[in-house]
Amino acid sequence: MTKPEFVYVTYISSTPEKIWNALQDPEMTKQYWVQHRNASDWQVGSPWRHEDYESGKVDIVGKVVESTPPRRLVLTWASPADAADAAKHSRVTFEIEPYEDAVRLTVTHGELEPDSPMLHGITKGWPIVLSGLKTLLETGKPMPMTARRRTKPPQ
Amino acid sequence: MISPVDEEKVFKALADRSRRQLLDRLRAHNGQTLSELCQGLDMTRQAVTKHLALLEAANLVVPVWRGREKLHYLNPVPIQEISERWIGAFEKQRLRALQDLKKALEGENDDQT
Repeated sequence: MTKPEFVYVTYISSTPEKIWNALQDPEMTKQYWVQHRNASDWQVGSPWRHEDYESGKVDIVGKVVESTPPRRLVLTWASPADAADAAKHSRVTFEIEPYEDAVRLTVTHGELEPDSPMLHGITKGWPIVLSGLKTLLETGKPMPMTARRRTKPPQ
Repeated sequence: MISPVDEEKVFKALADRSRRQLLDRLRAHNGQTLSELCQGLDMTRQAVTKHLALLEAANLVVPVWRGREKLHYLNPVPIQEISERWIGAFEKQRLRALQDLKKALEGENDDQT
């Protein structure tokens, strides 16, 4: 196994089941994942895509590598232009573990191309998405900035 | 929402130049071992260990074990949570101020016509 490049952790006062559901339910993702949804049947080997909730514009594609509800989800991750080029696919692992009276959510993103636009995008994106998910699950309300569609990358 | 206890830990962890230096080093090169982090630093290994423990407690550094090697990763999520808490509030206030200004100006306009 290669060394992961990025590891993001957030502690959320919630349950593993709710967090698992929040990663896949379009009505949830649109509130914290910049107005996007994750579409798939979530079976191992199936494709998944990250698309705009309203327009359906696909921004990320990949396959479901592993799915162990509600603990572990592993996806490959690529821009649609690189869909056919497996060498350009990175890998995202979600790990959901109960921790004291909360749940620890760890997102590991590895196998990224050095200096790629994808690498720069995700380093800005993951902290925003995870902190938005935490706020949504803990308060029931999205943060204004994560419920909004991002029209240009943050500066 | 970041809990008040966690927020305190994050601010305390960030309030030290040596700890910020360690975060900067991880930002430049993520996933380093303690030995790698100590290289070229004007700090003892013990001091670095202590600083890393505080950074881990604040969830700003995440340890990942690979075999017997402990790798350290920069985790900016708590900083994002704090930033959104404060910036979110300011943004709301600014929008309310604009709303008030709009109302006031429109009111003025009504008076003139």
